[in-house]
Amino acid sequence: MVNQANLLEILSQIPDPEIPVINIVELGIVREAKMVSDNEVEIVITPTYSACPAMFNIEEDIVKLFKEKGIQAKVTTKISPIWTTDWITDEAREKLRVYGITPPEKGNHEDHLNVPKKCPRCGSTNTKQISRFGSTLCKASYQCNDCLEPFDYFKCH
Amino acid sequence: MNPLFNYTLKLADDTLIFGQRLGELCGQGPYLEEDIALTNIALDYLGQSNNFYKYAAQIQDLGKSEDDLAFLRLEKEYLNCQLSELPNGDYANTLLKVYFFSVYQKILYTELMKSSDEQLSAIAEKSLKEVKYHYTHTSTWIKMFAGGTEESKTRLKNAVENLWEYTGGMFAETPGEEDLAKLEIVPNGKQIEELWKKTVAEDFQNFGIEIPESKFMQKGSRTGYHTEYFGFILCELQYMQRTYPNCAW
Repeated sequence: MVNQANLLEILSQIPDPEIPVINIVELGIVREAKMVSDNEVEIVITPTYSACPAMFNIEEDIVKLFKEKGIQAKVTTKISPIWTTDWITDEAREKLRVYGITPPEKGNHEDHLNVPKKCPRCGSTNTKQISRFGSTLCKASYQCNDCLEPFDYFKCH
Repeated sequence: MNPLFNYTLKLADDTLIFGQRLGELCGQGPYLEEDIALTNIALDYLGQSNNFYKYAAQIQDLGKSEDDLAFLRLEKEYLNCQLSELPNGDYANTLLKVYFFSVYQKILYTELMKSSDEQLSAIAEKSLKEVKYHYTHTSTWIKMFAGGTEESKTRLKNAVENLWEYTGGMFAETPGEEDLAKLEIVPNGKQIEELWKKTVAEDFQNFGIEIPESKFMQKGSRTGYHTEYFGFILCELQYMQRTYPNCAW
């Protein structure tokens, strides 16, 4: 049974297509979710990066998930207020770290330019930036000088 | 034509064409990490252009999609600045071009955020975060080139000489833009230009690079008149849509 009270719980079943350990609710993409009628929902999502390819998948995933439950989902994309990594929940940050991605700092990227990032494996801050850009728009590449492992850093945005 | 449509289109065209140009380096970048960086920036540009085209199509209200605007117009209908269509050249040339454009976008979007037009303001605020990151990246490199070897210094100097005359085109206005500025829907172009010159002058002094003395600036940006390179880039950009009309991913 789908109702207003469990809408977010249902949406939490949808993982981020690129980082499957976190879901779209804890990532802060879902801004509004409401039942319009017994068989219709309206979901407002906010894009992460202007060109994030995952957004197309997420929209499809939402429609598909509700369709399986016999409910029609209308998904609207709203840019403003703009998405920020500050909206990622603490729980999701910890999931990212365990997965091997250093979670984003809070605030603007310029405020953290010379702050060393913490290795998600050994916790050392003796790390170096390999590349400001990574395999996806949201990440940068780092390496730990102590355990020597390379790791991804989720850029604050 | 609607001035707001023209204005939105110029922002969309700038980012589309620059994105397409940078995208050429995918798999060709100077080394793996920079190859990824440049294509990441290209992707950001394409995302921004998508947002602007969507809005432009909405303003135009002719039932056209963002894809129609991006892929099915003629050469003279594109309002992008000539800087965005110039060839990549060497690494110093590419990075300097992105640096010049990042400074411009950073100032433009900061001002555009104050627009009374909610959609333009939202896209500007969203894009600004991305552009600030591009600026950090490219200004770091330019500084490194300027303080590097004779080879890197020479190449950077050549890039400055090569690109400088095209920078003025970024600030060229579209028909009706002045009226929009008076209504505070878009920022004042002259003001953006002044701020750009000031920022670049400060950065250049910090990097130890000289600004060319020549005051000559290419005209023709934003008028539909393009450089000789434009036909080729458009040809490649539009190939799929022209070969397979209405094809969708």
